[in-house]
Amino acid sequence: MTAVDTRNVYKQADYKSDVKPIWCPGCGDYHVLMSFTRTFAQLGLPPEQVCVISGIGCSSRIPAYTNCYGFHGVHGRSLALAAGLKVTRPDLTVVVASGDGDGYSIGGNHFLHACRRNVDMTYVVMDNHIYGMTKGQPSPTTEPEFDTALSPGGTRVRPFHPLVVALASGANFIARCFSGHVNETADVLVEAIRHPGFSFVEILSPCVTFRPDEKAWKDLVHPAPVAATNDPAKAARRIMTDDGFNLGILYRGSRTPYQPAAGGTHTDLSQLEKDFEL
Amino acid sequence: MSKAPAAPKVANLHDLLAIAYQIEIDAVDRYNLLADQMETHNNPELVKVFRDLARAEGIHGEEIRRMAGDFDVVNHARHIGKFADDSPEEADLGSAHYLMTPWHALQLSLKGEERALAYFTSIVNTTKDPAVKKMAEELVEEEAEHVNLVHRLLRKHPEPSKNWADDLDPPVSQE
Repeated sequence: MTAVDTRNVYKQADYKSDVKPIWCPGCGDYHVLMSFTRTFAQLGLPPEQVCVISGIGCSSRIPAYTNCYGFHGVHGRSLALAAGLKVTRPDLTVVVASGDGDGYSIGGNHFLHACRRNVDMTYVVMDNHIYGMTKGQPSPTTEPEFDTALSPGGTRVRPFHPLVVALASGANFIARCFSGHVNETADVLVEAIRHPGFSFVEILSPCVTFRPDEKAWKDLVHPAPVAATNDPAKAARRIMTDDGFNLGILYRGSRTPYQPAAGGTHTDLSQLEKDFEL
Repeated sequence: MSKAPAAPKVANLHDLLAIAYQIEIDAVDRYNLLADQMETHNNPELVKVFRDLARAEGIHGEEIRRMAGDFDVVNHARHIGKFADDSPEEADLGSAHYLMTPWHALQLSLKGEERALAYFTSIVNTTKDPAVKKMAEELVEEEAEHVNLVHRLLRKHPEPSKNWADDLDPPVSQE
């Protein structure tokens, strides 16, 4: 069958639902939503061929705001849902949306194993270094000295380093973006979706309500000084030594994406049901 | 004057018209998005300001369509490149606040108009195509008028007091 080039057929607006976002005005997640719709339009993906899956939190509201299939799942479990969907429906483009609380705390273990499994999907974490929806508790990426009413004097706990964790766990594509750079983020997401295997894109997305200091991020971010590497050791060194504001694709691996074992699944559901009968 | 943003290439008059049209349409979408945000966060005064700005930009877009005559700018705009960041008249979403005032909205608008002015001025200064230059000069005049208009509106809406964002009953305060 001849492949049809659907680029330029779909407009960004075709991926936006009629549901109005309720994020705080000024929130970086508005930009991320724009990057999502721009990415899908750039790839010319039919909306019904895309599934956006999320967990819980401000960032996880994003499936409702897209016109694709969506699944607003259980806190921290979005990757498990997404992996199940992608394995059973490999024809779909599966994008997972999460935040630093949902993705690195309650969903932290799923994150490790999703990187390890390397199912062909894209994981986007909108990192604002705080739990926004639940009114400003420290998250795994909150700076140790960040003082809040709920953590006086700061947590004094070393922050989680998601990119290094992803690399060590086997993610096949790692990038960092800034929400305010809508087009650049969309370009990275296009690459992430095209790259085989598990792609992890961290988007620094300021929370203007509980972290007004993050408005300064737009002046702190800068392009990574070198192009992406496919050498995990080099990537690890670069990511470990950067200032947390290097943007761009940082690692492109070459691991073969996960494929379920042939013949290893139950196809006869009635037999499966019988097996579970008491 | 604002710095002209990194922009799609203007090879001919059709490209320029399509970009000029797209700039206005992007502005319409952005102002409507901000109006939606203000609606959600119960700031009716700003809903009206942003809807009015969106309407004004829509009229500018239609004017450009008329200037283009039989040429289909809408379709051509889909195929031209994009600005490296927001297009010139897209208001900065990151500057929005649920308690913002008309002065803030007009400041966003002023910056957008100044960016558009800088962009078309850069075309005038760099193009070697006489037709593109002539049209870009017209667009510069248009944008200069818009800048003047926003300055006039700002006189009616002075800068608010420093504590404009104070909210004794904030909707998302820590408990």
